[in-house]
Amino acid sequence: MLCEQCGERPATVHFTEIVQGQKSEFHLCESCAREKGQAAYEAMVGAFSVNQLLSGLLHLDPTATQRAGAPASRCENCGLTFQQFAQIGRFGCPNCYQAFSHELGNLLKRVQSSDQHTGKIPRRRGGVIGARRELSRLRQEMHMRVVEERFEEAAQLRDRIRSLEQQLESQA
Amino acid sequence: MSLSDFLSNATSKWLRDDGPDSDIVISSRVRIARNLTDRSFPMLASERDKQSLLDEVAAAVQQPDVQKLGRFELLKMGDLTDVEKQVLVEKHLISPALLEAQGGAVILREDEEISVMVNEEDHLRLQCLLPGYQLDGAYQMVNRLDDALEETLDFSFDETKGYLTACPTNVGTGMRASVMMHLPALVLTGQIGRILSAVTHVGLAVRGIYGEGTDALGNLFQISNQITLGQSEAEIIGNLHGVARQIVDHERGARQYLLRDGKEQIEDRVCRSFGILAYARQIDSKEAMQRLSDVRLGIDLGIIKGVSANILKELMVATQPGFLQKYFGHEMSPDVRDVKRASLMRERLRMEDGE
Ligand SMILES: [Zn+2]
Ligand SMILES: [Zn+2]
Repeated sequence: MLCEQCGERPATVHFTEIVQGQKSEFHLCESCAREKGQAAYEAMVGAFSVNQLLSGLLHLDPTATQRAGAPASRCENCGLTFQQFAQIGRFGCPNCYQAFSHELGNLLKRVQSSDQHTGKIPRRRGGVIGARRELSRLRQEMHMRVVEERFEEAAQLRDRIRSLEQQLESQA
Repeated sequence: MSLSDFLSNATSKWLRDDGPDSDIVISSRVRIARNLTDRSFPMLASERDKQSLLDEVAAAVQQPDVQKLGRFELLKMGDLTDVEKQVLVEKHLISPALLEAQGGAVILREDEEISVMVNEEDHLRLQCLLPGYQLDGAYQMVNRLDDALEETLDFSFDETKGYLTACPTNVGTGMRASVMMHLPALVLTGQIGRILSAVTHVGLAVRGIYGEGTDALGNLFQISNQITLGQSEAEIIGNLHGVARQIVDHERGARQYLLRDGKEQIEDRVCRSFGILAYARQIDSKEAMQRLSDVRLGIDLGIIKGVSANILKELMVATQPGFLQKYFGHEMSPDVRDVKRASLMRERLRMEDGE
């Protein structure tokens, strides 16, 4: 079969596109498929298995389906739409996480059982984040000491919190 | 080239060396995903984007912090033959997905304990693969490489979501830690199903290294973490550690049981398999894996003497299609491969006689 678009090269990318309930089939050569950006995403859909699981999760969530059906939200950085993400199960770039944060809802929590990173922070670029995490840990500890009426230790912690706060402010 | 020279030149350090608990734990691996800021993930990146990422990463590898960790070589998938790529997959240094990715490359340390896939699903996948039970060591090494690369590369990181990855199942730590275990006695005593299903209930995943579920070829199983967000690297490795230790204990217990309650049976089984490997003229990969597993069990139980225990992992890799083709120097049909596989097995066992 020849490519429908250029009619020159053999069609090697085959996919089905569903737009507003209208199903259309495409048979393109690789270079035309690449041009037709959309095609490239769709052609990949078959290659993964985690995506089915993910898109299953997204479609099970009625609010997510509604959101996915609403006028597409799109990542400004890479151009991926949320619908495309829901089909492929892969983000297009790091900014997608922010761009789709509303539509994603609690997906991360359901896939991962938590939505709060507690692991490593980049050593060079994560300094401020590390300081903030340390700060919240110290505050919790200080409250515990106060509750336990161990005021001397609480005061020491308060001093450390203050100096860390000043350090953070000077960096900002 | 003689077979022993070929194997020592062609195999990675993790295949040649022993490690702690290597009677049961074949290897330990930690892999972490990292992506650079503002760039599209490889799925959406153009050829030019991928090349420029590769250039940036290659420059980062030249930095003193990275060079301190060893000598690295960059291999572009496009420059390798099909056999060379196949062999990298068989040595567990790259994933099959990297072969399909346009613009993919791998950065390998000389001893092949460290590898970095570039332009696979994520921009970077850092891996450390060590023999035996060395999860902590593998994580420390990957962690050091991560820090060294981060000196010059800006990794995408979000305060609440952690390291951002192409697939939401990797976000957070971006880490997969796994151990490959040889569990023949748990399979023979029929306990494996119960244990594996228990493992999946505590947030870990199990799969056969070759083949799926309890039909895993060669009784080799890989146990890895499923969750990457909400647990720290230390917690993930700690969980895996706790479970792996229990499985090792169960396997050791089951081996003692086999020796005590079915000594003739188990001796017959492993010696029969040894005989087949030593004399067969053709053998398919499925049977080869099973016989190798039996022989390795025989070695561990002291039934077979004078054969190195490494034979299982060495031959399970060396009798894969890519390796066979590399050793014999030509492409072959599956039935020719069965003949060559048997010949390589016989030759390898003869090497042991001289020792
Ligand atoms: Zn065309
Ligand atoms: Zn994006």
